[in-house]
Amino acid sequence: MNPSVLILGASSDIGMALAEKFAQNGYPLVLAARNSQRLAPLQSDLEIKYGTGCAILEFDITHTDTHQATWDSLREKPGITICVAGYMKDNEQVIKDTAETLKTIATNFTGPVAMLNIIAADYAKNGKGIIAGISSVAGLRGRQSNYIYGSAKAGLTAYLSGLRNRMYPHQVHVLTVLPGFMDTKMTAHLKLPKLLTAQPAAVADAIYRGIQKKKNIIYIKWFWKWIMFIIRHIPESIFKKKKL
Amino acid sequence: MKKQIANWGNYPRIESDEQTFSFTEELQTYVKKKEPFIARGYGRCYGDASLAPNTISTLRYNKVLSFDTEKGIFECQSGLTLDKILTIIVPKGWFLPVTPGTKFITIGGAVASDVHGKNHHVDGSFSAHVIDMDVIGTDGTLYTCSPTQHSDLFWATCGGMGLTGVISRIKFDLKKIETSYIKQKQLKAKNLEDILRLFEENSHYTYSVAWIDCLKKGKGFGRSILILGEHAKKEEIPAKYQGNPLKLPPQKQILFPFNLPSFVLNKLTVKAFNFLYYGKNLKREINNVVSYEPFFYPLDAIQLWNRGYGKKGFIQYQFVLPLESKAGLIEILHRISDKGIGSFLAVLKVFGRQDDLISFPREGYTLALDIPVRNGLFPFLDELDALVLKYGGRLYLSKDARMKPEILENSYPHLSAFKEIISKYNPQSAFSSLQSERLHITSGKSLI
Ligand SMILES: Cc1cc2nc3c(=O)[nH]c(=O)nc-3n(C[C@H](O)[C@H](O)[C@H](O)COP(=O)(O)OP(=O)(O)OC[C@H]3O[C@@H](n4cnc5c(N)ncnc54)[C@H](O)[C@@H]3O)c2cc1C
Ligand SMILES: NC(=O)c1ccc[n+]([C@@H]2O[C@H](COP(=O)([O-])OP(=O)(O)OC[C@H]3O[C@@H](n4cnc5c(N)ncnc54)[C@H](OP(=O)(O)O)[C@@H]3O)[C@@H](O)[C@H]2O)c1
Repeated sequence: MNPSVLILGASSDIGMALAEKFAQNGYPLVLAARNSQRLAPLQSDLEIKYGTGCAILEFDITHTDTHQATWDSLREKPGITICVAGYMKDNEQVIKDTAETLKTIATNFTGPVAMLNIIAADYAKNGKGIIAGISSVAGLRGRQSNYIYGSAKAGLTAYLSGLRNRMYPHQVHVLTVLPGFMDTKMTAHLKLPKLLTAQPAAVADAIYRGIQKKKNIIYIKWFWKWIMFIIRHIPESIFKKKKL
Repeated sequence: MKKQIANWGNYPRIESDEQTFSFTEELQTYVKKKEPFIARGYGRCYGDASLAPNTISTLRYNKVLSFDTEKGIFECQSGLTLDKILTIIVPKGWFLPVTPGTKFITIGGAVASDVHGKNHHVDGSFSAHVIDMDVIGTDGTLYTCSPTQHSDLFWATCGGMGLTGVISRIKFDLKKIETSYIKQKQLKAKNLEDILRLFEENSHYTYSVAWIDCLKKGKGFGRSILILGEHAKKEEIPAKYQGNPLKLPPQKQILFPFNLPSFVLNKLTVKAFNFLYYGKNLKREINNVVSYEPFFYPLDAIQLWNRGYGKKGFIQYQFVLPLESKAGLIEILHRISDKGIGSFLAVLKVFGRQDDLISFPREGYTLALDIPVRNGLFPFLDELDALVLKYGGRLYLSKDARMKPEILENSYPHLSAFKEIISKYNPQSAFSSLQSERLHITSGKSLI
């Protein structure tokens, strides 16, 4: 039997596409999100189409004091956890507003770390489990246009790589997902280059495959790896003068 | 996001700020915006009904809410497409109560155009099968309406082209089937008299439609092929299908690769028709069992076949004339064949009785044909409009991109009642399309 899949931040376009993909392949689901009653239509949809069980869980990734209780409330522990939650606002606004800065860091970094620590400890104890975290190529180098979000994702990427290392002897696998542009609510107001932008269903397919094949790090759309390779290797003395 | 959009006829093409939503609350927030907008489904109406400078796409709002497999009642959000619904209901022994000639439309679009199918003379149009639905009004209010609850809103929404509000949820009845196959009969008709007689003789068939040759003159004027069908019973399908009688047809599609000059497509349809007409041993009657896919959706096998009509796009001209106006049908067909600009093939069907507020179907003959956009086309269509009007008929809003407001005014008998309901539920013309502006149904001043 397939393990169930916990999706943290299931109300996002990526979260919903992942739910569809896993349900289609016969995995029961636990959908965790804020205002989780909004997910009732998705729940009925998946149950009717695929006949798989689907539970809904109220969850805020920045409310770290509730994380242990949230995990404990699950009677059967999901064997796969995918952390999708994230938060990105215009950098210019964020740097002027401490609350926004801290919210960006809490949603993309400290919140996921707090929750995944709890889940990883449980997985390690049982000697099995898979964790996938959605970070971003924005975390591979801080750029003036997006460095608060970028640095939070950099923290998450480093955390996931350390976690993978630490979990290896416990047969717990950790996947780092590095998307470039994705066509979601987060980017709905931006004019993204069509060729570089991934659709939610394609993202879900890629993450599903990454999990099946126990990949360590995947980029969403292969060329992002090379784009970022170049960006990462521009010498700092030149990079600091660039408008990126 | 701003982008170029057009509907199936590729005419007109405009820039629109198209937004999406996944949750009802997001839709309720969106409708309160200042500028007018129109709901947009899969964009398979042909003209400008779902075009406006601001559009809200329902395609991500597509969840199945309930499916009673015992009673055959289905409930979903408005952006779900018929092709998805079929994959869910057919394996459980149910079919759509009414389906248009393509399965790539949303259920919201099916209600907003009040679509008809090959079974109109038996089962009516889609609205006849709607149990109830939710419509989001201008201030974000959610109205649940049905033939008995907010019935004015219900009837103005069925066939109302999105002008009463955004349909969010729809609950409707399904049709029971034993197999996913259709028992099909094809009959050749020598001329127009012959085909109209055959329609009458075969009116007990659930499904009927004819392909008619619009260019043939003289004795063979109106030669056509009548296609009849019934959902096959289990014992009627070949033994090799018996093991899985509700099997879904394979989803094969080839893509029409680029825009073509329109004469190419015409040549292809000529060939296809002649193949059917003269092929198969010249038999007058052919009987066989086919999957529902080629029976209902023969054109869906070629993705984006509308590119066959070239960059400038095309108009699908569809009208209905009362049964007593056979002379009108003959006159219009003559005009089309004399002009020689129509597509070679047209679809002819006899509608059963219907008298709804604003829906297109009414008892009579309906003809639909594709005509590529070119100089001189619109004046010619104006002439045809005058004939349609003279014979007491009307045009289908879902196919229209160019009719004049006077034509609408004089051909839809309940138009003023419809407009009154619009002014009640959509007083500021918040829901407004290029079409509704052109036809003076709304007056959203800020539209182009
Ligand atoms: C190959 C082909 C064959 C066809 N055959 C037939 C046929 O046999 N019979 C027939 O009746 N039609 C037929 N049609 C027309 C088609 O069924 C209708 O135009 C249908 O409305 C298209 O639905 P859509 O989802 O593409 O909506 P769109 O084309 O995007 O919109 C159509 C109208 O519905 C409104 N609308 C869409 N969603 C909503 C919503 N949620 N709330 C409120 N308003 C909404 C729009 O504002 C617009 O006025 C055919 C079309 C094609 C391309
Ligand atoms: N879109 C891109 O181009 C892009 C590129 C690279 C990486 N990413 C990353 O990909 C992931 C998915 O993003 P997306 O594009 O689908 O964006 P999105 O629609 O904005 O999704 C973000 C998700 O995080 C949830 N969330 C935010 N704050 C939360 C909180 N405090 N507690 C719980 N959940 C919270 C949101 O829930 P609500 O619905 O409640 O707000 C939403 O489900 C994110 O981690 C994002 O950073 C996106």
